Amino acid sequence: MTLTPSLKEAMLAAVPSLRAFAISLSGNIDRADDLVQETLLRAIANIDSFQPGTNMSAWMFTILRNLFRSEYRKRRREVEDTDGSYAESLKSHPEQGSRLEFQEFRGALAKLPPDQREALILVGASGFSYEEAAHICGCAVGTIKSRVNRARTRLADLLSIEGSEDFGPDQSTRAIMAAGGRG
Amino acid sequence: MNEDDKPGRPAPMQTEVTQRKPRGRLGREVQNKIGQQLRAMYDDVVNDGVPDRFVEMLRKLDEQKDEKEKGSAA
Repeated sequence: MTLTPSLKEAMLAAVPSLRAFAISLSGNIDRADDLVQETLLRAIANIDSFQPGTNMSAWMFTILRNLFRSEYRKRRREVEDTDGSYAESLKSHPEQGSRLEFQEFRGALAKLPPDQREALILVGASGFSYEEAAHICGCAVGTIKSRVNRARTRLADLLSIEGSEDFGPDQSTRAIMAAGGRG
Repeated sequence: MNEDDKPGRPAPMQTEVTQRKPRGRLGREVQNKIGQQLRAMYDDVVNDGVPDRFVEMLRKLDEQKDEKEKGSAA
C-alpha cells in the first residue's frame, strides 16, 4: 500500500476531529497539535499496515490514542502526578483550545479518569459506534459501555445537571449515605 | 370519571416509580444535556478545520520524496 493522494486526503480530512480528540485528552492545544503531527507522521510511515477500505479516521484515532497513552504512562513514571497534571495544564492555559463557555465543561471532563474520558468522547462526540470505540481502545464493547455510563453519571454530578424528571434517582442514594454517615 | 384522577389527591404511585429507577442510570434529558455540551465543545475545535501546519507538513514530505526519487533515478 503506497501513500496515494486520496489516502493523503483522507488523512487530512481526519485532522479536525483528531485535534478535537487530542485536546479533550490532553487539555492543551499545543500538546494536542504535537500529538496530531506525530500521528500523521506515524500514519504515513506505517501506511502499509492500513487496510484499504477500512475507516481511515478510526485507524488514526487508534494511533493518536496509543501515542497519548504511552506518553501519559511515561510522564507518570517520571513524575508522580496522577490526575493533577491535566487539571494543571487547564489552569495554566485556560484560554487555549477552548472558549470561555466550555471552560466549566472541560474542567469537569478533566476530573474524569482517562479511561472514562476517552470512551465518552469517542462515543459521545467523535461519533464512533461502541464497537469502533472498543477497537480504538483495545477493549471489550461492554467495557466501553460501562465507561461511558460512568463518565456521564460523574459529569452530571460535577456539573449539577438535573433533568426535571430526574430529581428522584439519587435521593434514595443520598438518604442511604446520610443514614450510613450517622453511625 | 375515576376517583383517582381528581386533582389534589396524593399520588402514591409516583414515589414508588421514582424509587424503582435503576440506580446510576441517568434520564434521557440529562444524557441529552451532557451530549449537547460535549459536542458543542468538540465541534468548536473541529470547526477550526485543518491548520496550515499539517497541510504544509504533508507538502514538504512530498517534496522530499520527489527529491529522493529523482536522486535514485539519476
